[in-house]
Amino acid sequence: MDAVPVLETTAWRDDVLRRSRAGERVLTLYGKRLEHEVSMTAAFRDEAGRVEITRTRATIERGYHGLTSDLPALHCFERELHEQTGVRITAHPWLKPIRYEGQEPSAISSYPFYKIEGKELHEVAVGPIHAGVIEPGSFRFMCHGEQVHHLEIQLGYQHRGVEQRVLEGDPKRLAPLLETVAGDSSIAHAWAYCAAIESLSGCDLEIETEFARAVALELERVAMHLSGLSGLSADLGFLQGATTYGRLRTTAINTMMRLCGSRFGRGAVRPGGIGMVLPAGLLADVRANLGLVREDLAVINDCFLESATVQHRLRGTGMLSRAHAVELGLVGMVARASGVAIDARQQMLEGAYQVMPLEPQLQEDGDCWSRARIRIAELEASLVWLQRCLARCDTWDQPRKPLGALAPSQLVLALVEGWRGEVIHSIETSKGGQLVHYKLQDPSFRNWMGLAISVRQNEIADFPICNKSFDLSYCGNDL
Amino acid sequence: MTLFKSLRVRLSQGTQYIPDLRGAVPSGFRGLPILAVGACGPECNECRAACPTGAIALDPLRLDLGRCVFCQACVEACPDEKIRFSSEPKMGAARREELVLHSGAAEKTRVRASASFSRIFGRSLKMRQVSAGGCNACELELNAIANVNFDVQRFGIEWVASPRHADALVLTGPLTRNMKAAVELAWEAMPDPRFLVAVGACAISGGLYEGAPGVDRTFLESVGPSLFVPGCPPHPLTFINAVLDFLGVD
Repeated sequence: MDAVPVLETTAWRDDVLRRSRAGERVLTLYGKRLEHEVSMTAAFRDEAGRVEITRTRATIERGYHGLTSDLPALHCFERELHEQTGVRITAHPWLKPIRYEGQEPSAISSYPFYKIEGKELHEVAVGPIHAGVIEPGSFRFMCHGEQVHHLEIQLGYQHRGVEQRVLEGDPKRLAPLLETVAGDSSIAHAWAYCAAIESLSGCDLEIETEFARAVALELERVAMHLSGLSGLSADLGFLQGATTYGRLRTTAINTMMRLCGSRFGRGAVRPGGIGMVLPAGLLADVRANLGLVREDLAVINDCFLESATVQHRLRGTGMLSRAHAVELGLVGMVARASGVAIDARQQMLEGAYQVMPLEPQLQEDGDCWSRARIRIAELEASLVWLQRCLARCDTWDQPRKPLGALAPSQLVLALVEGWRGEVIHSIETSKGGQLVHYKLQDPSFRNWMGLAISVRQNEIADFPICNKSFDLSYCGNDL
Repeated sequence: MTLFKSLRVRLSQGTQYIPDLRGAVPSGFRGLPILAVGACGPECNECRAACPTGAIALDPLRLDLGRCVFCQACVEACPDEKIRFSSEPKMGAARREELVLHSGAAEKTRVRASASFSRIFGRSLKMRQVSAGGCNACELELNAIANVNFDVQRFGIEWVASPRHADALVLTGPLTRNMKAAVELAWEAMPDPRFLVAVGACAISGGLYEGAPGVDRTFLESVGPSLFVPGCPPHPLTFINAVLDFLGVD
């Protein structure tokens, strides 16, 4: 932590702006309350994949001049910073709480939504409970006839207090908790946690273990992309897609269950190693299952992509330009569907993805069609990668490595490219080697605003399709 | 052309439904724990110390399925191999205390059909799901009960969009403060007769989030669940079997 430059607040702010303009990307920005001050940390990544971190301190009352007006991508980070630490942020256009942490339950229903005045405008309120078996969130549409002028998304209903809970337990036994940050991204969050803790305790893993974790991560991606395509098909009224993609997902998650006992990969990744077994007989089954998914996937893709219904509903719907995606700081498959090539798997300096690279995927148009196409392309790429990986692997019986004490005064940033995008865990230890700060970041946190912007000028009836094409996490945002 | 492509998909799809949902055992599933008979080592506390949700009690060894997140930490910690997980998915219970497993206890049916429930809902059950802090794992598994594999509609059981049409409220998540008002509204909107189902360790006991700052479980203190479905997340077969047992469907 001593190696991290601590700048004076104005200089820190200028530095964030300068780096962003020079093409560096803000990975995360968070604060930690220290009595009357707040310590703020920003992490950047340049195009070569190098990560740099800067910090500053500001008093709660004086605060600093907000960055959002200059860098809209930081709006969610500054809103969170203000909500979690109370630091004054001037000139921020919209300090609405992200998740109403620690506030009265009535706060979430009394904070005003954006208003647009006009005789021919009307509002449509949806949520927090939606019509399906799905997590809660409030959507407020400002409409002119059927056309959406503005959509405001208010979340926070799923806020449990994960970040506080993480600091209460034994830092080496947090995997079950972190698997529930976003239950559909259990592997991504568990891996980020394990990587951070292993780095803090000086535990180096064999490359075989890294491969086993990557297999689990890609299986999770395959399962959730299939789930997303199934849901999207259902929302389109393309029922054959809904049932067939759904059936293939069952094969993917049942394969995961054979490996670790859980269809969601619970227990698959643990500090110091893995919790999966792969005896020879099972390896043959896993290979056969992947072969079957790949074979049948081609059949349904052929039907899905050629269908006039599908094309008519998806093409040109929910457009998000590359410029908007960059400006809003979107990440993951949503960014890649708008032509922004951000993928942590392509920037690994070591580990499984560096040894065996995965074919990068990109779509340019940024509409729902592109977001469906990117999922299909990534599915195929992941299946090819999995088959190559499992062809050379024989067994996973490395015992878990013991973890030493956590190194004192460290700041660790762990980054894993989950199926939605980059999952980032930032951990700080005290001088005594205690866990003192744990900042969780699910890609949904940055991407929700992308959904809100993409819906503008679309019909309100297109919203479910747009929503499903982004497929964001409520609980991952709300923590 | 589209017709032929569509027929090809239909051919590849085959027949996917599981014919016997009552007897199916998911291969590799970490399900019902089995506690071995016999005394533990003197003052051994390893499993209880390792458990992230306080699901284990000692002297004698007991395991609360309503708290268990099936993480296997106890199995790894136990020096005597006293605990193992079977792939049995049937774990539901109609009473909270029946979720507590005892060492060497004989097999028993933990969900008994109630004659009145069976008469009212046995041939048609409409359910409304509400997630209040659920992590989307329980929600995905609850969606899965209606997919082509599990096809629970064959029993007249269906999800509905409005609580006004629902007989059962199926809750997931530890119940967050920010969802308290919405959960109460959903419950109040349901016509009688109605009942509550708690799905997953979070909803049953708070699970990993018991006592967390964003959690408020007072709704469950005033309205007790009639059915508990343990798991993290529960397998679709765990849910389906618990509901069928509860309704007295064979």
